[in-house]
Amino acid sequence: MRFFTSENQRLATEIIGRYPKARSATIPLLHLAQEQHGWISDDAMIEVGRLVDATPAEVKGTATFYEMFKFAPVGKYLINICGTMSCQLLGADHLMHHAETKLGVVAGGTTEDGLFTLEHAECQAACTEAPTLQVNYRHQYRVTTESFDQLVDDLAAGNLDGEIPPHGTLGRVRQAIPADKSVGAVPPTEVDGPPVWLAVEGAS
Amino acid sequence: MTDLASASEVNETGVNITINGVRVVAPKGELVIDAAERNGVYIPRFCYHPRMEPVGMCRQCLVEVDTGRGPGLQPSCMLTVSDDMTVDTESETTKRAQEGMLEFLLVNHPLDCPVCDKGGECPLQDQTLAFGPGESRFVEEKRHYEKPIPISDLVYLDRERCILCDRCTRFAKDIAGDPLIHFMHRGNETQVLTFPDDPFNSYFSGNTVQICPVGALTARPYRFRARPWDLAEVESTCTTCSVGCRVAVQSSRNELLRYEGVDIESVNHGWLCDKGRFGFESVNSDQRLAGPYLRDVNNSDQLVGTNAALEAAATAIGAGRGGGGVGVIGGARLNNESAYAWSKLARTVIGTDNIDAQLADGLSAQMVLSLPRATIADATSADNVVVIGTDLKEELPVLFLRLKGAAQSGRIKLTELSLLVTGLSKHASASHRYVPGELAHAVGELLASNPQLASGSTVVVIGRPSAADFPDEVEAAVGVLTAGLPLATFLPALRRGNVMGALDMGLSPGVLPGRVSLDEGRDWFGSVWSSLPGEVGLDTAGMLEAAAAGRLDTLVLLGADPLADVPDRDLVERAFAGVGSIVAIDNFVTESVKRANVVLASTAFAEVGGTTTNLEGRVSRLGQMITPPGTARADWMIAAELAWRLGGDLELESLAQIWSEIEAVAPSHAGCTLEVVEAEGAIEGVVVPIPKSPDLAGAPSGPASIRWSAPALAEPPSVDGYSLRLVARRKLYDAATNTQMAPSLANLAEQAQLMVHPGELRRLGVESGTRVNVTSSRTTVVLSLVGDAAMPRGLAVMGLRQPGLAASELIDLRAAITELRIESR
Repeated sequence: MRFFTSENQRLATEIIGRYPKARSATIPLLHLAQEQHGWISDDAMIEVGRLVDATPAEVKGTATFYEMFKFAPVGKYLINICGTMSCQLLGADHLMHHAETKLGVVAGGTTEDGLFTLEHAECQAACTEAPTLQVNYRHQYRVTTESFDQLVDDLAAGNLDGEIPPHGTLGRVRQAIPADKSVGAVPPTEVDGPPVWLAVEGAS
Repeated sequence: MTDLASASEVNETGVNITINGVRVVAPKGELVIDAAERNGVYIPRFCYHPRMEPVGMCRQCLVEVDTGRGPGLQPSCMLTVSDDMTVDTESETTKRAQEGMLEFLLVNHPLDCPVCDKGGECPLQDQTLAFGPGESRFVEEKRHYEKPIPISDLVYLDRERCILCDRCTRFAKDIAGDPLIHFMHRGNETQVLTFPDDPFNSYFSGNTVQICPVGALTARPYRFRARPWDLAEVESTCTTCSVGCRVAVQSSRNELLRYEGVDIESVNHGWLCDKGRFGFESVNSDQRLAGPYLRDVNNSDQLVGTNAALEAAATAIGAGRGGGGVGVIGGARLNNESAYAWSKLARTVIGTDNIDAQLADGLSAQMVLSLPRATIADATSADNVVVIGTDLKEELPVLFLRLKGAAQSGRIKLTELSLLVTGLSKHASASHRYVPGELAHAVGELLASNPQLASGSTVVVIGRPSAADFPDEVEAAVGVLTAGLPLATFLPALRRGNVMGALDMGLSPGVLPGRVSLDEGRDWFGSVWSSLPGEVGLDTAGMLEAAAAGRLDTLVLLGADPLADVPDRDLVERAFAGVGSIVAIDNFVTESVKRANVVLASTAFAEVGGTTTNLEGRVSRLGQMITPPGTARADWMIAAELAWRLGGDLELESLAQIWSEIEAVAPSHAGCTLEVVEAEGAIEGVVVPIPKSPDLAGAPSGPASIRWSAPALAEPPSVDGYSLRLVARRKLYDAATNTQMAPSLANLAEQAQLMVHPGELRRLGVESGTRVNVTSSRTTVVLSLVGDAAMPRGLAVMGLRQPGLAASELIDLRAAITELRIESR
């Protein structure tokens, strides 16, 4: 059993081809795995290791450095409430308390229906719009208890499906590199003469 | 940096720097931390290790450096010397930095030194005492983790103690090439961990314990066994394989407790493999043979005194000497002095040349001794290195480390020709496969398609690829190599501990001590010894065949276990049945020893001193640390006693006196006196023959006297489409006595199984893991058949000696290749 779906397997091969060394594709492939599965399982890390010729320990070492990779199941919507200074001054604690009551979980937990995961977050770089939160890393500004309830209800009802894709989805437009624009990356040790892109684009 | 360096290129060889006010000259490119140490100024450090690339991880080596832009703190392990650089390791700023770093490190460190194995030899403890603040301002609760967690069968990790220096993880990745441990998580949460259910199973894992600067990594065989200040220590040379790594042997109350790698430039750089490092357990084993016994006609064992046993052994040997003949098999376990004593005993007193230290699983002694020899230093600096046959990672692990390191650094161009993918394959510039029986042809093709091998210096590392193939194949291949690369030098990859010393001492038919042939050495040894056998004797295969045919009366097993090690079990069984009596001298009651009529107990590693010789021909000292169990004796003493009882006299009295005699009679060892071997600073050992060695008047001149010519190139055996060709390979951990008698290593040996390409499974219509009937010309056995995509089509691969079933059951020693038929049951 392969971890990746056949479509994602094809994408994985394409992603690896973008780099001179397969190992450089570790993080993009982890994103792909999280997009497919919602979080990063041990199987995902083993498969990524196999694809980029790294041990699972190396993949896990890299992956666990990053906050946005999750290693346990996460709800369809990950709600991060900012608790840094501007937001806190404008009621972040109150908002978090309200969110916990509304969702019935403490920060770090996931609702029983698997729809919401609630987390604390550090500064989300929108201090003028405090208090803020993010749903699957999409900003919501000047959140009040009322607008929070509305947001949760809308998400649960599917009203925001067009705006906020499930957790793990990277973007709605996938990067694609047409064959004639490919950099044709090869390991630096194998480079013989000028790089391929120079030959394609012309020496401008 | 580059600008500074180019501005200072006044002196090509050195740059002038000032360390603590003293002007010194340092070679260009040297790190400040090394330059300081060389000049007697020790800068504290945790992450820096001289055998690994610096990372500047721990910041403990910060010192105040002024390169003309004013003084500032710089990590001295990341900074190379430059002209007019001023380093101050004692300034107020440096001191504050060092104290600060130590205080930070100790914030998270549990200070459980009284119950920590490292306590007493701990760099954190020592450097805190020397450079630390003396007092901590940290009053909060320290972090707590589960104590300790096993990261492999051999290594335990105590995360509380870890200071995140990156030494073990760097070693695993860069030196061992097994990146199975890694930093995980981030910031305050950072830990060294393995992937779940993927333990740190590296052949070199014990080195991480040795280089850990705190007690975070501990070795299971040593945990809580002793405190460092209770250990007695002697330096020695590991004889687990023929690489000859330098070790410190440590014991307490006459029990071996630990081996630590000693850094010598020419061989092991301080590293050891786990088999060598933890092999001390077999010396301590309560299964050790502690005294002699006899087996009477009713097959019951009878413990006797040493004199009675020696008398019985002499009677058995005497009967053979007067009748159908005597054969001596083994000797690679012995030190050089004992090997010499046995060589002399066999030739002069027993009067036979039937003596062989190899068990028909090695290489031709004549070939090995006559080829121009390379050193490990040559093999790690030559333009081209060709590795033929063996998987060095499995057989000579530290040589594998050295070659891997040299290949990774780009110093050498490594070409490999082997039956299977090996540990070195992915580090080689080119790695080629060949088919059993066709090695010589493959070598011919390799030379034809790689003309660059003939230009520049080339070192060939050659071993026996598979015990299932006739050794003529390797000899023919070497013939092609010597013809195509006349300037190449060779490193013979023979596996057993002191096998090269045994060959140098003449434990091979037709070879006398000092790399001299029996024929050419006849006059010389006729004068320094007494009599010599008339003609060239039999090798192990020949002796076994003679015994099987009833033409040999007495077999002496000198630390050999032919039933387990000779790749033809059927032949050994017939030999043991056909021989009159068997005398065994061993450390353990092995399968073969159980068949002996007279059994004598001998000393093991660290129970006797003397010297050993590694695969380069490097003679180095062995250290005696403990006394042998019971009445076990050194092998040379047993030889001397037997000579006496057989009516002769070897005139050998002590290890030192034997070495003096070797130096005086063995042409290859001339000039390599005890003073040279034992000289102060001779821990690197001495490669024989030594440069400008004196001529022994009247003696033939060493290797030149050994005649070896390659056998003619045989036609490759024809392909049988229904059979698979057997490859019998060596694994590091197998059913060998010394591995099985070490509890920590015994379970690391894989069970016997037959591995094939998954395509063969489909052809046979069986699932991987199915038990199947495997038939060779010798016998039919039942084995589980496992699919592995790394196996080439047409081959069936098994360990020569894995627990469960030895490949030697299937092999006919005299067949060019071994073909197997596989049928589902």
